[in-house]
Amino acid sequence: MIRVTRSAIIDAPIERVWAILRDFNSHTAWHPVVAESVIENDEPADQVGCVRNFTLKDGNHIREQLLALSDNDYVSTYCILDATLPMQRYVATVQLKRVTDGDRTFWHWQSTFDTPRGREQEFADLVGKGVYEGGFEGLRAFLRRRPGAPAVRTAGSETMATQGMVVSRFGGPDVLEARPLEARFPAPGEVRVRHSAIGVNYIDVYIRKGEYRMIEPPAPIGMEAAGVVVDVGDGVTHLLPGDRVAYACAPPGAYVGVRTLPASQVVVLPDEIDDETAAAVMLKGMTAEYLLHRTHRLRGGETVLVHAAAGGVGLLLCQWAKALGARVIGTVSTDDKARVARAAGCAATIVGRDYRFAAALHDATGGRGADVIYDGLGQAAARENLEALAMCGHWICYGHASGPFDRLPVESLGQKSATFSSPVLFHYTAERAALTEMAQRTFEALRQGTIRLDIRHRYPLSAAAQAHRELESRSTVGPLILLP
Amino acid sequence: MIKVYTSSVIDAPAEQVWARIRDFNGLPGWTPFVAESRIEGGLPSDKIGCVRNFRLKDGGMIREQLLTLSDYDYQCSYSILESPLGVDNYVATLKLTPVTDGNRTFAEWWAEFDCAPDREGQLSRDIGQGVFQAGFDSLKMLVRR
Ligand SMILES: NC(=O)c1ccc[n+]([C@@H]2O[C@H](COP(=O)([O-])OP(=O)(O)OC[C@H]3O[C@@H](n4cnc5c(N)ncnc54)[C@H](OP(=O)(O)O)[C@@H]3O)[C@@H](O)[C@H]2O)c1
Repeated sequence: MIRVTRSAIIDAPIERVWAILRDFNSHTAWHPVVAESVIENDEPADQVGCVRNFTLKDGNHIREQLLALSDNDYVSTYCILDATLPMQRYVATVQLKRVTDGDRTFWHWQSTFDTPRGREQEFADLVGKGVYEGGFEGLRAFLRRRPGAPAVRTAGSETMATQGMVVSRFGGPDVLEARPLEARFPAPGEVRVRHSAIGVNYIDVYIRKGEYRMIEPPAPIGMEAAGVVVDVGDGVTHLLPGDRVAYACAPPGAYVGVRTLPASQVVVLPDEIDDETAAAVMLKGMTAEYLLHRTHRLRGGETVLVHAAAGGVGLLLCQWAKALGARVIGTVSTDDKARVARAAGCAATIVGRDYRFAAALHDATGGRGADVIYDGLGQAAARENLEALAMCGHWICYGHASGPFDRLPVESLGQKSATFSSPVLFHYTAERAALTEMAQRTFEALRQGTIRLDIRHRYPLSAAAQAHRELESRSTVGPLILLP
Repeated sequence: MIKVYTSSVIDAPAEQVWARIRDFNGLPGWTPFVAESRIEGGLPSDKIGCVRNFRLKDGGMIREQLLTLSDYDYQCSYSILESPLGVDNYVATLKLTPVTDGNRTFAEWWAEFDCAPDREGQLSRDIGQGVFQAGFDSLKMLVRR
């Protein structure tokens, strides 16, 4: 048996180093020999038992399984399941310890394994020098690129002054007023984020009008933003000052420059996703993710009707559903939007402003109807949706831009053995494990080009009322963002 | 029970640092705060169970008993039998680990003990900084290459 041990001092606080090393899927960001890393079966990267599939820069492949992970002791243990290299019974442990003298980190990396007789030295060097020492240097270089602010917490109670757009009373776009606000020092479990871009969503309109009673005016609205961590409260281990982050969650309050909110809903952004894209995709992308994979598991060959197909969520649904092999038909209000929707994967579009689409849909599907309807329209489209649905179809009403239902259309479902769903993103993201999975799958879809974002509508934060006016007038295409 | 943990990096190979500190009777030779030390009953200073009896430069007397000593792990632990500190059930461990990168030493020193609640903060600072970190600082000077 060969035993390889290497250790080093890393000139960064242990929380900073651990935030990187505890992520079983982080090596492509910092390790010089790893070209590609994928966690199999879409499991979260901190799921004990998950398997990562490495492609090394020299072309070799290695599958490794996470055996143990302790945030308390800063220990991660893993083994090789199979590899194109002759290494057997490889078990390795990464352990960090705090160097209190200078707030640095001691990193200990050790493994035991077997290899064919005569090649012991070759593999001891490969692992010790190539993988472990190379890894130390790689992580140091990564930290120089992404240093983060020092993780020292200052005396504690100071608040930061900022500006925000506040709903002064429930009503039209003009009730949005710019006001000075404060972002307090994060309490335990909280994080303070300096926003660089803020997403506008239709739910902001419902809340502004008072249809969803999620605030008591005067209060800022907004569910989605991207930015940089200013500081974190006690007990927050996955974020550090200086991290680029994004979120999409309740409670409302994102239309501000700096904000303090629960850290559990905040995720670190991959380097390649810029802040504007993140602010435009967190809420809408994770919504498309769960609508296509969770509320309904979309299968190739299904016919899908997407309403507001050129809208923020609509465009993502079209692109992603097409990539999953579905036949996508979209409704839109103008020819220009129809062109955009077709470019995003719609096989056909139905153009109109009056919620009459069932007849055209039956024409386009040989009378069969849609297996799945993604409906963000609500009341005005309800009757036509029932008509447009195929036998045993699934009608998913996830919004009501045309107004809320007078009453739910339950009785009529029996005419077609139809299923009706009324899902809400925030219920799907309530658990941190599900949230990270949904965010990672959305980032991956962006990386792969499965979904693409074209941000046509940018406003200064102070012009939020204008953004709302345009969103409600049905004149926008794709996502809208506010810039503080 | 409270725990005080101090760690540092010493710029010399672990075996060299260990040679300095493994002698349980050797505190006057490497710490800045011990004036004189003897082992009670004439026992060898690496015999488990032996008691060192030492006088601090500020005058206080302390008796400590060696609980474990491992040349293999570069680690020893000991308990306080008598001291003016006002601590109970005090057990401390000193451990060295080689840092292969740069052939240096990662040194850890920690203690667990009971004391009056209102003295926890002060004692943690006195022990963590005044004893453990001060010891490391003087080791750093002694082994300087
Ligand atoms: N449940 C959830 O988890 C969840 C999450 C995110 C979004 N949503 C819902 O998804 C829908 C889309 O959200 P989004 O933010 O991406 O907005 P959006 O689709 O970019 O904008 C709304 C679109 O709805 C269409 N629309 C039809 N009738 C309308 C009316 N009377 N007033 C205004 N718009 C009308 C318009 O497209 P045309 O002009 O082409 O018809 C308009 O562009 C909304 O209903 C939202 O509430 C739900």
